[in-house]
Amino acid sequence: MNQTPQLLVEDLHVRFRTPQRMVHAVRGVSFSVGREKVGIVGESGSGKSQTGRAILKLTPPNGTVSAKRLQFQELDIAGASEREMLKVRGSRISMIMQDPKYALDPVMRVGAQIAEAIPESPRTSAAEKRDKVMAMLEAVHIRNPARVHDLYPHEVSGGMGQRIMIAMMLMADPDLLIADEPTSALDVTVRMQVLAILDDLVTRRGLGLIFISHDLNLVATFCDRVLIMYAGRIVEECAAADLQNAKHPYTRGLLASLPRIGSRHQKLAVLNRDPAWLND
Amino acid sequence: MTDIPSENAMISVRDLRVSFGSGAELVHAVDGVSFNVQPGETYGLVGESGCGKSTILRALCGLNPNWSGDVTIGGEAMTPVRTRSFYRRVQMVFQDPYGSLHPRHTVNTTLTEPLKIHGIGDADERITRVLVQVGLGPAFRYRYPHQLSGGQRQRLAIARALILEPQVLLLDEPTSALDVSVQAEILNLLVDLRERLGLTCILVSHDLAVVAHMCDRLGVMNAGKMLEELPVSALEDDSPSHPYTRQLLAASLGYDRRLASTAVEDIEG
Repeated sequence: MNQTPQLLVEDLHVRFRTPQRMVHAVRGVSFSVGREKVGIVGESGSGKSQTGRAILKLTPPNGTVSAKRLQFQELDIAGASEREMLKVRGSRISMIMQDPKYALDPVMRVGAQIAEAIPESPRTSAAEKRDKVMAMLEAVHIRNPARVHDLYPHEVSGGMGQRIMIAMMLMADPDLLIADEPTSALDVTVRMQVLAILDDLVTRRGLGLIFISHDLNLVATFCDRVLIMYAGRIVEECAAADLQNAKHPYTRGLLASLPRIGSRHQKLAVLNRDPAWLND
Repeated sequence: MTDIPSENAMISVRDLRVSFGSGAELVHAVDGVSFNVQPGETYGLVGESGCGKSTILRALCGLNPNWSGDVTIGGEAMTPVRTRSFYRRVQMVFQDPYGSLHPRHTVNTTLTEPLKIHGIGDADERITRVLVQVGLGPAFRYRYPHQLSGGQRQRLAIARALILEPQVLLLDEPTSALDVSVQAEILNLLVDLRERLGLTCILVSHDLAVVAHMCDRLGVMNAGKMLEELPVSALEDDSPSHPYTRQLLAASLGYDRRLASTAVEDIEG
C-alpha cells in the first residue's frame, strides 16, 4: 500500500452562523489519508459529516471553513477557487451520499445519470458512453446492466440504488472517495455486498476511502484506520483492529454501551460525558 | 421452544395475513404468521426492511384493520375494530420520536390526551408518576418536543404509552433513530420498566444485537413469512438452524470479506 498521503488536513475548523449564536461544528481536526480505508466515527452532531463536506468545499453557505492546511495531492483546497473545485469534485474526489432515494434524480433514467458523470470530451459518442456505463454497472455487480440502465430510480431497490451511486462516483476514476454513511439505509446482507465492492475498489484501483459512520462494529471490521470524533474534535486515532483496546474514555464508553449477543439480562453501561473531553 | 401452549399466552397469533393493493399489485406483506407470547415475556421479531415485522405490530394494535387470521390478546379474540378498553391494555411505541410526537403539544398535553379520552381523573398524579418512571421528572411537564433531545423524546413516547397502565407494550424499532449511547439508556429503561410493571412486550428490530439483549425468544421473518422461531440462547451458542438467520447473525458481527464474497455472488440484477 502506498504510504504517501493523498489528502492532508491540518487544523480544520468549520463554524456556522445561526440567528442565536455561532456554532463551532469542527474544532481543529488534523489527519491524512493515503491509499487506504479511513473510518470517521462519532455520534450525531460530532462534526464527522461536516469534516467530509469541508474537504469538497460543500459546506452550506452559512458556514465558514478555515484550515492551516487542506491539501489534496498537489492542490491546495483551502485556497482553491470555485472554478478549480469544479474540476476536482466528482472527478478526482467523489462523495457517496447516505440515501440513494434523495441523491438520485427521480425523473432521469439510471443510465443517463451515470453517463452524466463521464468527463466531458467532444469525441465520446453516445454508443461509447453507453458501453462505459454498462461496464461500470457490471463492475458494481449489477447482473443485468441492460435492464437497469433504462430504469428510473424509484424502480430499483435501496441496495441497487446505492450501487448505482457508487457506479456514478467511479465513472471519472477518482483518487479519493468520501462515503458518508453509505450503508446505513441498507439491510445488513445488502450492506455486506456494497462494502465488498468498496473494499475491492480500494484494493484494486488503489483509491483512498474516507468512510463516515456511526457504527463502531462496522468501522472496526471494515476500515484500516479509525478516527473517533467527539464534539468537533478527533479524540482518538487507532488502527481499526485495535479499536476494542481504545484508550479514550469516550471511545470506551461507546463500545461498552453497545448491546451484544450474549449481553442478555445485563445492564448496559451508560456513557457519562466528561466536560473535560471538550478541551483535551 | 416453539410448541408453547397458546391457551396461557398473553398474545396468540394464528395464521395472520395482511395484504396491500389488489390485482397484479397485490402484495402479501404478512403471509400466514403464527406465534405466541407468554405473560411477562419479551418476544423479538427480526428481519430486513419490508419483511412485514412492523405490519404485524400495526395489525395487532389496531392501526391496520385489513387483516385476517386469529389474534387473541389477554384471552380476548380481536376483531378488526378495537374497543376503547383495548387501548388501556395495549399500547405502542413508535420508531421515530421526531415524527410520533405532536410538535405543538407540550409534554403535559401529550400525556393528558389519553387520560381525557378514557375519562381518567387523577391526571396530575399520573403524569408526575409516569414522568418519574421514565426518568424525565416533573420539570419536563411544560416543555415542547423541540426542547427535548432524541432520547428525551423517546422517553416521552414511552411515558405516553405507559400512562394508561397497559399490560402489553408493542415496540417498533424503539431505538433505531437514536445514537448508541442514548440507545443504551432507553434499553436499560425498557428492561427496568418491564420488570417493575410486569409488561408483556413485542420488540420489532432489524438489529439482532438489540433483540438478543432484550428478548428470550425471537422470530425471524423474511418476505412476510416466519422462517423460524428460536430462543436467544441459540444465537449466543451460534447455533441457529436456518441459513437466513445464520446470515443475519454473521452480518451483525461486522464486515467479513470472506462472507461478503458469497454475498456478492447472490446479487440479483
